[in-house]
Amino acid sequence: MKKNILGIMALFAVVFLFTALKNDSFLNAYNLQNLIKWSCLYGLIGLGVSFVIITGGIDLSIGSVIGLVASLLALLLSKGRDPSTCIALVLALSAGIGLMHGLLITKVKLQPFVVTLCGLLFYRGIARYITDNQSMGFSGHDTLDSIFSGKVAVSSQFALPAPFFYLVVVAVVAALFLNRTVWGRYLFALGNNETAARYSGIDTDSLKILAYVACSLLTGLAGVLFAFELNSVQPASTGEFYELYTIAAAVLGGCSLRGGEGSVLGVIIAAAVIRLLYNSINMLGISTHLEYAIIGAVILAGVTVDELVKRYAAARRTRQQAE
Amino acid sequence: MADVAPTALLQARQLTKQFPGVRALRGVSLTLHRGEVLAVIGETGAGKSTLMKILAGVQSPDSGEILVGGKPVRLPSVRAAQRLGIALIHQELNLADNLDIGANLFLGREPGRGGWIDHASIRAGAREQLDRVGLKESPDTLVGTLPIGRQQLVEIAKALSSQARILIMDEPTSSLSRHETDTLFHVVRDLRSQGLGVIYISHRLGEVKALADRVVVLRDGENAGEMDRAAIVPEAMVRLMVGRDLSQFYVRQPQQPGDVVLEVDRLRTPAHPGRELSFQVRAGEVVALAGLVGAGRTELLQTLFGITPALGGQVRVRGRVQRLRNASDAIGAGMALAPEDRKQHGLVLPMSVRENASLPSLRRDQRRGLLNRAAEELVARRTVDQLGVKTPGLDQAVQNLSGGNQQKIVLGKWLALDPHLLLLDEPTRGIDVGAKREIYRLMDGLAARGVAVLFASSEMEEVLGMADRVLVMHEGRLAGELPRARLTEEALMQLATGGASDSGFTA
Repeated sequence: MKKNILGIMALFAVVFLFTALKNDSFLNAYNLQNLIKWSCLYGLIGLGVSFVIITGGIDLSIGSVIGLVASLLALLLSKGRDPSTCIALVLALSAGIGLMHGLLITKVKLQPFVVTLCGLLFYRGIARYITDNQSMGFSGHDTLDSIFSGKVAVSSQFALPAPFFYLVVVAVVAALFLNRTVWGRYLFALGNNETAARYSGIDTDSLKILAYVACSLLTGLAGVLFAFELNSVQPASTGEFYELYTIAAAVLGGCSLRGGEGSVLGVIIAAAVIRLLYNSINMLGISTHLEYAIIGAVILAGVTVDELVKRYAAARRTRQQAE
Repeated sequence: MADVAPTALLQARQLTKQFPGVRALRGVSLTLHRGEVLAVIGETGAGKSTLMKILAGVQSPDSGEILVGGKPVRLPSVRAAQRLGIALIHQELNLADNLDIGANLFLGREPGRGGWIDHASIRAGAREQLDRVGLKESPDTLVGTLPIGRQQLVEIAKALSSQARILIMDEPTSSLSRHETDTLFHVVRDLRSQGLGVIYISHRLGEVKALADRVVVLRDGENAGEMDRAAIVPEAMVRLMVGRDLSQFYVRQPQQPGDVVLEVDRLRTPAHPGRELSFQVRAGEVVALAGLVGAGRTELLQTLFGITPALGGQVRVRGRVQRLRNASDAIGAGMALAPEDRKQHGLVLPMSVRENASLPSLRRDQRRGLLNRAAEELVARRTVDQLGVKTPGLDQAVQNLSGGNQQKIVLGKWLALDPHLLLLDEPTRGIDVGAKREIYRLMDGLAARGVAVLFASSEMEEVLGMADRVLVMHEGRLAGELPRARLTEEALMQLATGGASDSGFTA
């Protein structure tokens, strides 16, 4: 796991340095702040989906939940409702969505792929319906704006964007949960062998439900942050494909889709790598039409190298033992 | 010399094989004749599977010689071995459940032209091979719909259809019922009379006695001895396998039983909803659940442990009525279960010795939800020390340990919780003789400390050797109870078969 994290740190460093050498404006404060901001937003949902992936599940509804949360929030605010009530409401809705996913998967025993695929379609449709598919803005909410997309100056030139602080808090809590609590251990055990976990007296259903609630809640939080960051919402497209980037980040960051593996730091760095690639493609003047192709190729290369390194290390261990 | 007799179908001479850290084979030789069933026995780790893999072309020996029909051969691949007529039938069957019998028999060498399969000749060819193994099923039957015993026969038919002359069978009866085992034996004897050579690997000495013409015993990667038909008796086999006597094998010193720990009253399990089960187990008792495969022993243990909740009836543990909806409830009541399928149900294989050993006790030792690393270390260390687990370290993944050591970890993880009632389902299945003895010693020791032990077993010798009392099940009901004083193989078999006949017991 450690080696894997070093690997993607190295990948990050290489792309970062290469871009910095090729284009001076890459290192300016505005660009770096932007990079941090988007990396942190992706990192938040990446962590959410990691919980689900560790249980051996998947969440394909992330992008649509973001679209729904942002749309609903815009709608409620436009009707002049109390802002903090609106935020609480959309977060509660997100948690409720996760709860429903979890219940359908554990109690009705539907497959996570199916449940969340239907969610992907359903939430997007609802978002478009309630807003009449009209884009909506978030202007005139200065307090909310500063809470969710403000900046904290660290020097006269550089300021850290709000999502950074949200991510730090969530990451610390997630890392503590996964590595230091009993339930974190249970989550890994259940991801590796659910039956054995159940035979050991672990309430596997509740843990899985918890993972889906955590995933959707973090997605909801990210949805609020995205809304204020973008300052507007397109019900048909806001958040589209985000589930795929975050699943990619989780896998690149060391999660196995078979379940039972994952690391907080790995996922965050992997999310940053994906955002950095976007940024570098722009900065290096590569056609943005190639964006998807490059990101896809880099992720594929990353997981391939990871697999080869693992195999090589295993072979070397066997040889060493033989001597 | 017998070694060079013209009938020698297969000979292995002085095979050696080195693995990381272990010398699996150190100059092992064996000879298989035409029309012979040769049993190869030995503890786990004695080198049986390595030898079989070499003979089937799965692995290559470091040195030594293999002769087929008197000619030296090389077996670099499974295909090469198959071409020479050697077929390995694995413990885990290699059949595609979703295909029919015919498709399985001809998988990879379908008759036909230009990619079009000739179904008629598949059916005809399959029919011929199925008749040889006594299967009446149509070649169009889906393999997945067959019971496991018949799937095994399909696997044999598949080997025969590729013109195999040498069959290597690795623990073929491990998941077969008594009836299926009888059928298999019948087929094996039939093949023997057709001139095939069969190498038969089994932990079950009763089967070896019933079937083998000759026995080769391996110990620590060497030939430990060989015996002919007349000399095959279980005591002699065990002596050669472990180098000590059977009389010291079962460790049981019955005590005066204490209070009732488990009281089952008209319990109904989902597997046999029409049957009511009532019995008791006392502190310090070792009670066996015996019966044929399918009698409902595993289902009873799983219901007691809350895995498949009861449909009715009552379970009292130390006088208190329990609601057993899941394993957590059962653990709370002071129960522990070492399940039959250790790899699927008992352990999280990729996780370490430490993580597995501490899994059930994590919550007890937690500090406000946080892992208590010191307590975890202690639990794992105790498991390894007290049960004599052989592992390079606590961080070793349990999938790298032998079956016996894995089973010790399954037991260790429960002992950390000091259970009042220990449920064991086939506690020594698939583990070597040395580890078996240690597990018997542990059961005896726990009973001496006042734990009530209830174990399900298909091994007659184990039941006779360890139980203070035997509960015999037949088709979901308790057919009877035998105290140690009245415990004989005959009495047990009569109850297990519903008192109908003297047909055998799974041993």
